[in-house]
Amino acid sequence: MELSPAEWTAILLSLRVAAVATLVATPLGIALAWLLARRDFWGKSALDAAIHLPLVLPPVVTGYLLLLSFGRHGLVGGFLADHLGIVFAFRWTGAALACGVMSFPLLVRPIRLSLEAVDQRLEQASATLGAAPWQVFATVTLPLALPGILAGMVLGFAKAIGEFGATITFVSNIPGETQTISSAIYSLIQTPDGDTAALRLVVISIIIATSALIGSEWFARRATQRLHGN
Amino acid sequence: MLRVDVTKQLGEFTLTASFVSEGRVTGLFGASGAGKTSLINMIAGLLRPDRGVIAIDGETLDDTAAKIHVPPHRRRIGYVFQDARLFPHLDVRQNLDYGRRMNHLTDDPAARTRITEMLDIGHLLDRRPGKLSGGERQRVALGRALLSKPRLLLLDEPLGSLDEGRRAEILPYLIRLRDEANVPMVYVSHDAAEMRQLATQIVLLRGGQVTALGGVKVLTAG
Repeated sequence: MELSPAEWTAILLSLRVAAVATLVATPLGIALAWLLARRDFWGKSALDAAIHLPLVLPPVVTGYLLLLSFGRHGLVGGFLADHLGIVFAFRWTGAALACGVMSFPLLVRPIRLSLEAVDQRLEQASATLGAAPWQVFATVTLPLALPGILAGMVLGFAKAIGEFGATITFVSNIPGETQTISSAIYSLIQTPDGDTAALRLVVISIIIATSALIGSEWFARRATQRLHGN
Repeated sequence: MLRVDVTKQLGEFTLTASFVSEGRVTGLFGASGAGKTSLINMIAGLLRPDRGVIAIDGETLDDTAAKIHVPPHRRRIGYVFQDARLFPHLDVRQNLDYGRRMNHLTDDPAARTRITEMLDIGHLLDRRPGKLSGGERQRVALGRALLSKPRLLLLDEPLGSLDEGRRAEILPYLIRLRDEANVPMVYVSHDAAEMRQLATQIVLLRGGQVTALGGVKVLTAG
Protein backbone atom coordinates (compact mmCIF):
# COMPACT_ATOMS: atom_id res chain seq x y z
CA MET A 1 0.00 0.00 0.00
CA GLU A 2 1.70 3.14 -1.28
CA LEU A 3 0.66 6.46 0.26
CA SER A 4 0.90 9.76 -1.59
CA PRO A 5 2.67 12.76 0.03
CA ALA A 6 -0.71 14.45 0.50
CA GLU A 7 -2.02 11.42 2.33
CA TRP A 8 1.06 11.31 4.51
CA THR A 9 0.56 14.98 5.32
CA ALA A 10 -3.02 14.31 6.42
CA ILE A 11 -1.99 11.32 8.55
CA LEU A 12 0.89 13.13 10.26
CA LEU A 13 -1.28 16.18 10.84
CA SER A 14 -3.99 14.01 12.39
CA LEU A 15 -1.45 12.39 14.70
CA ARG A 16 -0.01 15.76 15.70
CA VAL A 17 -3.43 17.33 16.27
CA ALA A 18 -4.63 14.36 18.33
CA ALA A 19 -1.38 14.16 20.34
CA VAL A 20 -1.39 17.85 21.22
CA ALA A 21 -5.11 17.76 22.04
CA THR A 22 -4.64 14.76 24.35
CA LEU A 23 -1.52 16.08 26.10
CA VAL A 24 -3.08 19.46 26.81
CA ALA A 25 -6.42 17.97 27.84
CA THR A 26 -5.00 15.35 30.22
CA PRO A 27 -3.91 17.58 33.16
CA LEU A 28 -7.18 19.48 32.94
CA GLY A 29 -9.05 16.17 32.67
CA ILE A 30 -7.32 14.79 35.78
CA ALA A 31 -8.15 17.95 37.75
CA LEU A 32 -11.82 17.91 36.74
CA ALA A 33 -12.12 14.14 37.19
CA TRP A 34 -10.71 14.52 40.69
CA LEU A 35 -13.20 17.28 41.52
CA LEU A 36 -16.08 15.16 40.24
CA ALA A 37 -14.85 12.01 42.00
CA ARG A 38 -13.92 13.47 45.35
CA ARG A 39 -15.59 16.77 46.02
CA ASP A 40 -19.13 17.94 46.55
CA PHE A 41 -19.73 21.49 45.48
CA TRP A 42 -22.43 23.72 44.17
CA GLY A 43 -22.85 23.29 40.40
CA LYS A 44 -21.24 19.85 40.28
CA SER A 45 -23.99 18.38 38.08
CA ALA A 46 -23.76 21.41 35.79
CA LEU A 47 -20.01 20.89 35.42
CA ASP A 48 -20.54 17.20 34.74
CA ALA A 49 -23.15 18.05 32.11
CA ALA A 50 -20.92 20.68 30.49
CA ILE A 51 -18.09 18.15 30.15
CA HIS A 52 -20.44 15.64 28.52
CA LEU A 53 -22.14 18.17 26.27
CA PRO A 54 -19.83 17.63 23.24
CA LEU A 55 -20.80 13.96 23.34
CA VAL A 56 -24.50 14.70 22.78
CA LEU A 57 -24.49 18.00 20.87
CA PRO A 58 -24.32 17.80 17.08
CA PRO A 59 -20.56 18.21 16.34
CA VAL A 60 -21.39 21.00 13.90
CA VAL A 61 -22.94 22.92 16.80
CA THR A 62 -19.83 22.48 18.95
CA GLY A 63 -17.70 23.57 16.00
CA TYR A 64 -19.83 26.61 15.40
CA LEU A 65 -19.74 27.58 19.08
CA LEU A 66 -15.95 27.28 18.95
CA LEU A 67 -15.89 29.48 15.87
CA LEU A 68 -18.04 32.07 17.64
CA SER A 69 -15.91 32.13 20.78
CA PHE A 70 -12.42 31.25 19.54
CA GLY A 71 -12.61 32.73 16.04
CA ARG A 72 -10.72 35.90 15.14
CA HIS A 73 -13.64 38.05 16.20
CA GLY A 74 -14.77 35.84 19.03
CA LEU A 75 -14.55 36.99 22.62
CA VAL A 76 -11.79 34.57 23.64
CA GLY A 77 -10.20 34.21 20.21
CA GLY A 78 -9.88 37.96 19.74
CA PHE A 79 -8.29 38.40 23.15
CA LEU A 80 -5.80 35.55 22.62
CA ALA A 81 -4.85 36.80 19.15
CA ASP A 82 -4.37 40.41 20.27
CA HIS A 83 -2.57 39.81 23.54
CA LEU A 84 -0.79 36.48 23.21
CA GLY A 85 -0.56 36.03 19.47
CA ILE A 86 -2.35 32.69 19.66
CA VAL A 87 -4.64 32.12 16.71
CA PHE A 88 -6.98 29.14 16.45
CA ALA A 89 -9.17 29.99 13.48
CA PHE A 90 -8.22 28.02 10.35
CA ARG A 91 -5.00 26.77 11.96
CA TRP A 92 -3.96 23.30 13.04
CA THR A 93 -4.04 24.60 16.64
CA GLY A 94 -7.76 25.20 16.15
CA ALA A 95 -8.14 21.62 14.95
CA ALA A 96 -6.38 20.50 18.14
CA LEU A 97 -8.74 22.64 20.23
CA ALA A 98 -11.79 21.19 18.48
CA CYS A 99 -10.48 17.65 18.90
CA GLY A 100 -9.63 18.29 22.54
CA VAL A 101 -13.12 19.56 23.32
CA MET A 102 -14.81 16.73 21.43
CA SER A 103 -12.72 13.99 23.02
CA PHE A 104 -12.78 15.47 26.52
CA PRO A 105 -15.77 13.47 27.85
CA LEU A 106 -14.15 10.22 26.72
CA LEU A 107 -10.89 11.22 28.38
CA VAL A 108 -12.45 12.27 31.69
CA ARG A 109 -14.71 9.27 32.27
CA PRO A 110 -12.10 6.50 32.75
CA ILE A 111 -9.96 8.87 34.84
CA ARG A 112 -12.89 9.65 37.08
CA LEU A 113 -13.77 5.98 37.45
CA SER A 114 -10.21 5.05 38.34
CA LEU A 115 -9.96 7.87 40.88
CA GLU A 116 -13.20 6.70 42.45
CA ALA A 117 -11.79 3.20 42.64
CA VAL A 118 -8.71 4.28 44.61
CA ASP A 119 -9.14 3.12 48.20
CA GLN A 120 -9.33 6.25 50.34
CA ARG A 121 -8.21 4.27 53.36
CA LEU A 122 -4.82 4.00 51.67
CA GLU A 123 -4.78 7.78 51.39
CA GLN A 124 -5.49 8.02 55.12
CA ALA A 125 -2.63 5.63 55.82
CA SER A 126 -0.39 7.80 53.68
CA ALA A 127 -1.36 10.91 55.66
CA THR A 128 -0.59 9.23 59.01
CA LEU A 129 2.84 8.41 57.62
CA GLY A 130 3.51 12.12 57.14
CA ALA A 131 2.40 12.76 53.56
CA ALA A 132 0.90 16.20 52.90
CA PRO A 133 -2.25 16.19 50.73
CA TRP A 134 -0.33 16.85 47.51
CA GLN A 135 2.13 14.08 48.40
CA VAL A 136 -0.77 11.70 49.05
CA PHE A 137 -2.06 12.56 45.60
CA ALA A 138 1.32 12.19 43.89
CA THR A 139 2.48 8.99 45.63
CA VAL A 140 -0.76 7.07 46.22
CA THR A 141 -3.77 8.40 44.31
CA LEU A 142 -2.09 9.13 40.99
CA PRO A 143 -0.03 5.92 40.69
CA LEU A 144 -3.06 3.78 41.60
CA ALA A 145 -5.20 5.64 39.07
CA LEU A 146 -2.50 5.65 36.39
CA PRO A 147 -3.84 2.77 34.29
CA GLY A 148 -7.22 4.52 34.13
CA ILE A 149 -5.53 7.78 33.20
CA LEU A 150 -3.65 6.07 30.39
CA ALA A 151 -6.83 4.36 29.22
CA GLY A 152 -8.57 7.73 29.15
CA MET A 153 -5.70 9.23 27.16
CA VAL A 154 -5.83 6.41 24.62
CA LEU A 155 -9.59 6.73 24.19
CA GLY A 156 -9.36 10.51 23.95
CA PHE A 157 -6.56 10.21 21.40
CA ALA A 158 -8.57 7.78 19.27
CA LYS A 159 -11.61 10.04 19.37
CA ALA A 160 -9.46 13.07 18.50
CA ILE A 161 -7.95 11.28 15.50
CA GLY A 162 -11.39 10.58 14.08
CA GLU A 163 -13.02 13.92 14.89
CA PHE A 164 -14.64 15.47 11.86
CA GLY A 165 -17.74 17.63 12.31
CA ALA A 166 -16.54 20.17 14.85
CA THR A 167 -13.10 20.43 13.25
CA ILE A 168 -14.32 21.09 9.71
CA THR A 169 -16.86 23.62 10.99
CA PHE A 170 -14.32 25.49 13.09
CA VAL A 171 -11.14 25.38 11.01
CA SER A 172 -12.36 24.20 7.60
CA ASN A 173 -10.51 21.68 5.46
CA ILE A 174 -7.20 23.18 4.36
CA PRO A 175 -4.64 20.64 3.07
CA GLY A 176 -1.44 20.84 5.09
CA GLU A 177 -2.97 23.04 7.80
CA THR A 178 -6.29 21.64 8.99
CA GLN A 179 -6.96 18.67 6.71
CA THR A 180 -6.91 15.61 8.97
CA ILE A 181 -7.48 12.01 7.87
CA SER A 182 -11.25 12.38 8.25
CA SER A 183 -11.55 15.58 6.23
CA ALA A 184 -9.15 14.17 3.62
CA ILE A 185 -11.41 11.12 3.23
CA TYR A 186 -14.38 13.45 2.95
CA SER A 187 -12.69 15.44 0.18
CA LEU A 188 -11.57 12.28 -1.62
CA ILE A 189 -15.01 10.71 -1.81
CA GLN A 190 -16.31 13.89 -3.40
CA THR A 191 -13.55 13.76 -6.02
CA PRO A 192 -13.92 11.54 -9.12
CA ASP A 193 -11.38 8.65 -8.91
CA GLY A 194 -10.76 9.42 -5.27
CA ASP A 195 -12.09 6.05 -4.08
CA THR A 196 -8.79 4.14 -3.88
CA ALA A 197 -7.07 6.92 -1.98
CA ALA A 198 -10.05 7.20 0.35
CA LEU A 199 -9.94 3.46 1.00
CA ARG A 200 -6.23 3.65 1.88
CA LEU A 201 -7.00 6.29 4.50
CA VAL A 202 -9.94 4.24 5.74
CA VAL A 203 -7.58 1.32 6.35
CA ILE A 204 -5.19 3.62 8.23
CA SER A 205 -8.07 4.88 10.37
CA ILE A 206 -9.14 1.35 11.23
CA ILE A 207 -5.58 0.43 12.20
CA ILE A 208 -5.21 3.46 14.48
CA ALA A 209 -8.61 2.97 16.10
CA THR A 210 -8.07 -0.75 16.68
CA SER A 211 -4.64 -0.20 18.22
CA ALA A 212 -6.16 2.40 20.54
CA LEU A 213 -8.87 0.00 21.70
CA ILE A 214 -6.38 -2.79 22.30
CA GLY A 215 -4.14 -0.37 24.17
CA SER A 216 -7.00 0.85 26.31
CA GLU A 217 -8.02 -2.73 27.13
CA TRP A 218 -4.45 -3.55 28.12
CA PHE A 219 -4.27 -0.58 30.48
CA ALA A 220 -7.57 -1.58 32.06
CA ARG A 221 -6.18 -5.05 32.79
CA ARG A 222 -3.05 -3.51 34.31
CA ALA A 223 -5.29 -1.41 36.54
CA THR A 224 -6.97 -4.45 38.06
CA GLN A 225 -3.62 -6.13 38.64
CA ARG A 226 -2.19 -3.04 40.27
CA LEU A 227 -5.10 -2.66 42.66
CA HIS A 228 -4.75 -6.26 43.73
CA GLY A 229 -1.08 -5.80 44.43
CA ASN A 230 0.40 -8.47 42.20
CA MET B 1 1.74 11.98 77.97
CA LEU B 2 -1.52 11.81 76.06
CA ARG B 3 -4.45 13.96 77.08
CA VAL B 4 -7.83 13.43 75.48
CA ASP B 5 -11.01 15.28 76.33
CA VAL B 6 -13.40 15.19 73.40
CA THR B 7 -17.00 14.96 72.30
CA LYS B 8 -18.13 13.78 68.89
CA GLN B 9 -21.60 13.22 67.53
CA LEU B 10 -21.72 10.41 64.93
CA GLY B 11 -25.29 10.12 63.74
CA GLU B 12 -27.29 8.89 66.75
CA PHE B 13 -24.14 7.94 68.60
CA THR B 14 -22.44 10.30 71.04
CA LEU B 15 -18.83 9.70 71.90
CA THR B 16 -17.50 11.41 74.99
CA ALA B 17 -14.06 10.53 76.22
CA SER B 18 -11.81 12.13 78.75
CA PHE B 19 -8.60 10.58 80.04
CA VAL B 20 -4.93 11.20 80.59
CA SER B 21 -2.47 8.45 79.93
CA GLU B 22 1.19 8.13 80.72
CA GLY B 23 1.40 4.41 80.27
CA ARG B 24 3.70 2.77 77.78
CA VAL B 25 0.73 0.95 76.31
CA THR B 26 -2.68 2.50 76.82
CA GLY B 27 -5.29 -0.16 76.15
CA LEU B 28 -8.51 1.16 74.69
CA PHE B 29 -10.88 -1.63 75.60
CA GLY B 30 -14.51 -2.09 74.69
CA ALA B 31 -17.01 -4.07 72.64
CA SER B 32 -17.35 -3.30 68.95
CA GLY B 33 -19.45 -0.18 68.50
CA ALA B 34 -18.15 1.34 71.73
CA GLY B 35 -16.42 4.12 69.78
CA LYS B 36 -12.82 2.87 69.98
CA THR B 37 -11.94 3.39 66.33
CA SER B 38 -13.58 6.83 66.19
CA LEU B 39 -11.59 7.80 69.25
CA ILE B 40 -8.20 6.83 67.83
CA ASN B 41 -9.12 8.32 64.47
CA MET B 42 -9.51 11.57 66.38
CA ILE B 43 -6.13 11.10 68.02
CA ALA B 44 -4.64 10.48 64.56
CA GLY B 45 -6.38 13.59 63.21
CA LEU B 46 -8.42 11.65 60.64
CA LEU B 47 -11.63 12.65 62.43
CA ARG B 48 -12.24 16.06 63.97
CA PRO B 49 -13.84 16.29 67.41
CA ASP B 50 -16.93 18.47 67.71
CA ARG B 51 -15.63 19.83 70.97
CA GLY B 52 -12.59 19.30 73.10
CA VAL B 53 -8.85 18.99 73.36
CA ILE B 54 -6.26 16.44 72.32
CA ALA B 55 -2.68 17.04 73.41
CA ILE B 56 0.45 14.96 73.41
CA ASP B 57 3.51 15.77 75.53
CA GLY B 58 2.09 19.26 76.14
CA GLU B 59 1.63 19.98 72.42
CA THR B 60 -1.95 20.73 71.46
CA LEU B 61 -3.14 18.76 68.42
CA ASP B 62 -6.80 19.65 68.66
CA ASP B 63 -8.44 22.44 70.57
CA THR B 64 -11.83 23.32 69.18
CA ALA B 65 -12.18 26.41 71.41
CA ALA B 66 -8.89 27.80 70.07
CA LYS B 67 -9.69 26.52 66.55
CA ILE B 68 -6.58 24.36 66.50
CA HIS B 69 -6.53 21.26 64.34
CA VAL B 70 -3.15 19.83 63.37
CA PRO B 71 -3.65 17.76 60.19
CA PRO B 72 -2.71 14.05 60.37
CA HIS B 73 0.48 14.41 58.33
CA ARG B 74 1.93 16.91 60.83
CA ARG B 75 1.10 14.93 63.98
CA ARG B 76 3.89 12.38 63.81
CA ILE B 77 1.53 9.74 65.08
CA GLY B 78 1.93 6.29 63.56
CA TYR B 79 -1.15 4.21 62.86
CA VAL B 80 -1.41 0.48 62.33
CA PHE B 81 -4.83 -0.29 60.90
CA GLN B 82 -6.76 -3.50 61.35
CA ASP B 83 -6.53 -4.09 57.60
CA ALA B 84 -2.81 -3.19 57.30
CA ARG B 85 -3.41 -0.82 54.35
CA LEU B 86 -0.06 -1.44 52.70
CA PHE B 87 0.37 0.38 49.40
CA PRO B 88 -0.34 -2.26 46.74
CA HIS B 89 1.74 -0.54 44.06
CA LEU B 90 4.90 -0.49 46.19
CA ASP B 91 6.98 -3.46 47.33
CA VAL B 92 7.63 -4.10 51.02
CA ARG B 93 10.93 -2.19 50.98
CA GLN B 94 9.25 0.90 49.50
CA ASN B 95 6.33 0.59 51.91
CA LEU B 96 8.77 0.53 54.83
CA ASP B 97 10.67 3.52 53.47
CA TYR B 98 7.53 5.57 52.74
CA GLY B 99 7.28 7.44 56.05
CA ARG B 100 10.94 8.35 56.03
CA ARG B 101 10.60 9.83 52.52
CA MET B 102 7.45 11.78 53.33
CA ASN B 103 8.93 13.21 56.53
CA HIS B 104 12.25 14.03 54.82
CA LEU B 105 14.14 12.07 57.46
CA THR B 106 17.73 11.10 56.73
CA ASP B 107 18.34 7.49 55.86
CA ASP B 108 18.80 5.40 58.99
CA PRO B 109 20.02 1.94 57.99
CA ALA B 110 20.53 0.97 61.64
CA ALA B 111 16.88 1.62 62.50
CA ARG B 112 15.78 -0.22 59.38
CA THR B 113 17.87 -3.25 60.23
CA ARG B 114 16.78 -3.25 63.86
CA ILE B 115 13.08 -3.05 62.98
CA THR B 116 13.14 -5.53 60.10
CA GLU B 117 14.94 -7.97 62.40
CA MET B 118 12.62 -7.36 65.30
CA LEU B 119 9.62 -8.09 63.06
CA ASP B 120 11.29 -10.83 60.97
CA ILE B 121 10.41 -9.24 57.66
CA GLY B 122 13.89 -9.07 56.10
CA HIS B 123 13.09 -11.89 53.66
CA LEU B 124 9.95 -10.11 52.39
CA LEU B 125 11.52 -6.86 51.22
CA ASP B 126 11.18 -7.47 47.48
CA ARG B 127 7.61 -8.74 47.58
CA ARG B 128 4.43 -6.88 46.79
CA PRO B 129 1.76 -6.74 49.52
CA GLY B 130 -0.52 -8.92 47.36
CA LYS B 131 1.94 -11.80 47.87
CA LEU B 132 2.01 -11.62 51.66
CA SER B 133 -0.01 -13.56 54.23
CA GLY B 134 -2.25 -11.65 56.63
CA GLY B 135 0.26 -11.95 59.46
CA GLU B 136 3.17 -10.82 57.26
CA ARG B 137 1.15 -7.86 56.06
CA GLN B 138 0.44 -6.78 59.62
CA ARG B 139 4.12 -7.06 60.58
CA VAL B 140 5.12 -4.93 57.59
CA ALA B 141 2.46 -2.38 58.57
CA LEU B 142 3.98 -2.27 62.06
CA GLY B 143 7.44 -1.75 60.61
CA ARG B 144 6.20 0.92 58.23
CA ALA B 145 4.58 2.89 61.05
CA LEU B 146 7.65 2.55 63.31
CA LEU B 147 10.09 3.65 60.60
CA SER B 148 8.25 6.95 60.19
CA LYS B 149 9.62 7.62 63.72
CA PRO B 150 6.33 8.50 65.39
CA ARG B 151 6.08 9.90 68.90
CA LEU B 152 2.98 7.79 69.49
CA LEU B 153 1.84 4.59 67.83
CA LEU B 154 -1.85 3.79 67.41
CA LEU B 155 -2.82 0.16 66.88
CA ASP B 156 -6.42 -0.51 65.92
CA GLU B 157 -7.10 -4.19 66.58
CA PRO B 158 -4.01 -5.21 64.62
CA LEU B 159 -4.87 -8.84 65.30
CA GLY B 160 -8.55 -8.41 64.51
CA SER B 161 -8.45 -9.67 60.94
CA LEU B 162 -6.23 -12.66 61.75
CA ASP B 163 -7.23 -16.18 62.74
CA GLU B 164 -6.24 -17.75 66.06
CA GLY B 165 -2.95 -19.19 64.84
CA ARG B 166 -1.82 -15.97 63.24
CA ARG B 167 -2.68 -14.00 66.36
CA ALA B 168 -0.37 -16.16 68.40
CA GLU B 169 2.24 -15.48 65.72
CA ILE B 170 1.99 -11.68 65.96
CA LEU B 171 1.45 -11.20 69.70
CA PRO B 172 5.09 -11.88 70.65
CA TYR B 173 6.16 -9.17 68.17
CA LEU B 174 3.82 -6.70 69.82
CA ILE B 175 5.22 -7.53 73.25
CA ARG B 176 8.71 -7.10 71.86
CA LEU B 177 7.65 -3.78 70.39
CA ARG B 178 6.37 -2.60 73.75
CA ASP B 179 9.58 -3.58 75.50
CA GLU B 180 12.13 -2.56 72.86
CA ALA B 181 10.76 0.11 70.56
CA ASN B 182 10.50 2.89 73.10
CA VAL B 183 7.42 4.44 71.47
CA PRO B 184 4.29 4.87 73.58
CA MET B 185 1.31 3.07 72.13
CA VAL B 186 -2.47 3.20 72.20
CA TYR B 187 -3.73 -0.32 71.67
CA VAL B 188 -7.36 -0.88 70.69
CA SER B 189 -8.95 -4.26 71.26
CA HIS B 190 -12.07 -6.03 72.46
CA ASP B 191 -10.02 -9.03 73.57
CA ALA B 192 -9.36 -9.00 77.32
CA ALA B 193 -6.64 -11.66 77.14
CA GLU B 194 -4.72 -9.61 74.57
CA MET B 195 -5.08 -6.53 76.74
CA ARG B 196 -3.76 -8.27 79.84
CA GLN B 197 -0.65 -9.31 77.96
CA LEU B 198 0.06 -5.93 76.38
CA ALA B 199 -1.46 -2.95 78.13
CA THR B 200 0.03 -1.07 81.04
CA GLN B 201 -3.02 1.10 81.50
CA ILE B 202 -6.63 0.60 80.50
CA VAL B 203 -9.33 2.95 79.26
CA LEU B 204 -12.64 1.13 79.32
CA LEU B 205 -15.10 2.37 76.73
CA ARG B 206 -18.79 1.45 76.70
CA GLY B 207 -21.48 2.96 74.47
CA GLY B 208 -19.33 5.99 73.70
CA GLN B 209 -18.48 6.70 77.35
CA VAL B 210 -15.36 6.04 79.38
CA THR B 211 -16.61 3.82 82.21
CA ALA B 212 -13.33 2.95 83.91
CA LEU B 213 -9.69 3.98 83.97
CA GLY B 214 -6.72 2.33 85.57
CA GLY B 215 -4.46 -0.70 85.59
CA VAL B 216 -5.25 -4.01 83.89
CA LYS B 217 -7.33 -5.05 86.89
CA VAL B 218 -10.19 -2.82 85.70
CA LEU B 219 -10.72 -5.48 83.04
CA THR B 220 -11.90 -7.98 85.66
CA ALA B 221 -13.85 -5.36 87.59
CA GLY B 222 -15.67 -4.14 84.47
